[in-house]
Amino acid sequence: MTDTTTTEPESTEAEDVGFASDLTQSTTLGESVRAYFTRVRGGDMGALPSVLGLVVLFVVFGIANDRFLSDLNMANLISQSGSIIILAMGLVPVLLLGDIDLSAGVAGGVAACVMGLELVKHEQPWYLAVLAGLATGALIGLIIGVLVAKLGIPSFVVTLAFFLGLQGVTLKLIGDGGSVRIDDPVISGIANDNLTPFWGWILTVAVIAGYATITLWGHHRKVAQNLQHQPLAVVVAQNIALAVILLAVTYLLNQNRSVNPNFPIEGIPYVLPVVAVLLILWTFILGRTTFGRHVYAVGGNSEAARRAGIGVDRIRILVFICCSTMAAVSGIVAASYGGKVSTSSGGGNVLLYAVGAAVIGGTSLFGGKGKARDAVIGGLVIATIANGLGLLNQASYINFLVTGGVLLLAASVDAISRRRRSATGTS
Amino acid sequence: MSDQTPLLSLRGINKTFGVVHVLHDVDLSLYSGQVTALVGDNGAGKSTLVKCLAGIHPADNGEYLFDGRPVSVHSPKDAAALGIEVVYQDLALCENLDIVENMFLGREQTRNGLLLDETTMETRAREALTSLSVRTVKSVRQSVASLSGGQRQTVAIAKSVLWNSKVVLLDEPTAALGVAQTRQVLDLVRRLADSGVGVLLISHNLTDVFEVADRITALYLGRVAADVATKDVTSRQVVELITTGHSSEIEGAPAPSTV
Repeated sequence: MTDTTTTEPESTEAEDVGFASDLTQSTTLGESVRAYFTRVRGGDMGALPSVLGLVVLFVVFGIANDRFLSDLNMANLISQSGSIIILAMGLVPVLLLGDIDLSAGVAGGVAACVMGLELVKHEQPWYLAVLAGLATGALIGLIIGVLVAKLGIPSFVVTLAFFLGLQGVTLKLIGDGGSVRIDDPVISGIANDNLTPFWGWILTVAVIAGYATITLWGHHRKVAQNLQHQPLAVVVAQNIALAVILLAVTYLLNQNRSVNPNFPIEGIPYVLPVVAVLLILWTFILGRTTFGRHVYAVGGNSEAARRAGIGVDRIRILVFICCSTMAAVSGIVAASYGGKVSTSSGGGNVLLYAVGAAVIGGTSLFGGKGKARDAVIGGLVIATIANGLGLLNQASYINFLVTGGVLLLAASVDAISRRRRSATGTS
Repeated sequence: MSDQTPLLSLRGINKTFGVVHVLHDVDLSLYSGQVTALVGDNGAGKSTLVKCLAGIHPADNGEYLFDGRPVSVHSPKDAAALGIEVVYQDLALCENLDIVENMFLGREQTRNGLLLDETTMETRAREALTSLSVRTVKSVRQSVASLSGGQRQTVAIAKSVLWNSKVVLLDEPTAALGVAQTRQVLDLVRRLADSGVGVLLISHNLTDVFEVADRITALYLGRVAADVATKDVTSRQVVELITTGHSSEIEGAPAPSTV
């Protein structure tokens, strides 16, 4: 098609096969596919392992239990995965810096607790209560960020201390063994109510149309300006894939999934658009803004970032604030799903589920590599394991063993692919 | 050549760290369109002098003239504002970002102050690389991790072209490179100077120095042992200057007094 040569002697970066001497011709679809496989072999697997893992899990659980693939369970799975995905999405920027926030789960618990008390004790409207919860999260993040960036304490230690300390705060706020019921219809509706099928379709079509407009317009502009761009066929294929998945999910969720014919349950759970909005927001922040670019730079080489004039401390503090605020959102969604905030909210394995979700999705624990969408795919994997094993009525020790094993597997894949990347020079 | 006004000149620079007197009355001149090599043994004060130039360690006293006007350079920002770009030995690049992203690191172009303007950045990065006749980089959207040492050095140097730097300080640009890559980088340094930039090349490698430099400034124990045109000296004389601080066959070299 173009004057491309696939036999460039030192072309380890397969992505650029065909861009000899810095030209910008588009490669053909076949070349893009081949380039993708070369990249995967070179250790840059992106979302591939998690997507494959998700497919395998669906097949296994679908065969093991005929209720797993039912409409009701699929909707349930989405509601269950919501809080994990949101927490994981908050952790992605922290992991991008090469840091970790072990306290994110309990920070969400404290934030949900503040929200619950505002609703119940002080009888505030739901939006003020949510605002108070988010502010609590942001404050926790600010303190963690300052301790990590300005005092130079490793984030592992600071957030481990917060993990312990914040559980004490929740105990103090609620009282031993107590819990706060969430009765507010709006808050409780996030995880338990559904969009009407009509609005579900409208929303889905709007998202598909919006994505198509943005990607096709971007492609058109790159071609016009002679910038490097993907082949049109790849862009179209991505659009079709997204449309098929979204339409299928919407169709599935718009079926009546109630066991009782007198009370139809149908429509997309509200938590799905919440996750979608956060996904779009974080994809935009990380990919299209100066702040996002600087997060990647600090994670890749903080000394280079410092010499380039980037305020490394400022970036680090902001990232921890973002993470804890997202943790607050996650805590609120979890409270909505559970119908209450208890002293154990956000504790236990919540945080490890979220870290696991981000890492399974393809975000590196070593910093500098990861995307917001990793949290969504990884979160679905984690939630599927919990959901599927729950349906099989396995003893809970199996659940722990399997989830721990999957997390270890994902971290191993991350470490191995990192070694392969540095060996082949792709990134 | 040295009749013209120097683009940047230091007069009588002194620098002490505590009791250690690192630089004694150092004079240094950089001319636009010329490569000046700064040579000297380990501990002669090369790095300190560069840090004074770059504003990382301001000099204790002495004059700093830019375009003939006295200026004060107290921080890297002051130096950058004057158009002085430093290419460090351990290249300050982020491996997980691509070439364009690295070239604009910390100085990203935006639309509405929020959205990254990838169109402008990619176009300008390509122009900068093209103006230096860089042929070794296949794509400006290649990640830096996939580049060789020479290509990384190329990107770091091209960054200075992008920002229309007037003076570029190169700290040992060929130290870690193979033969072919050294070749590429030296060609690039020459083209950079030919485009009107004043280049200061710090190097241990006299072959490189003789190949690309117009003038040589030799430092010996914190003093300028000689400031000569490359064509007037031989490699043996420069080695003498570096190791003993004087060479009997060079006229006008100030005799260094032993401290």
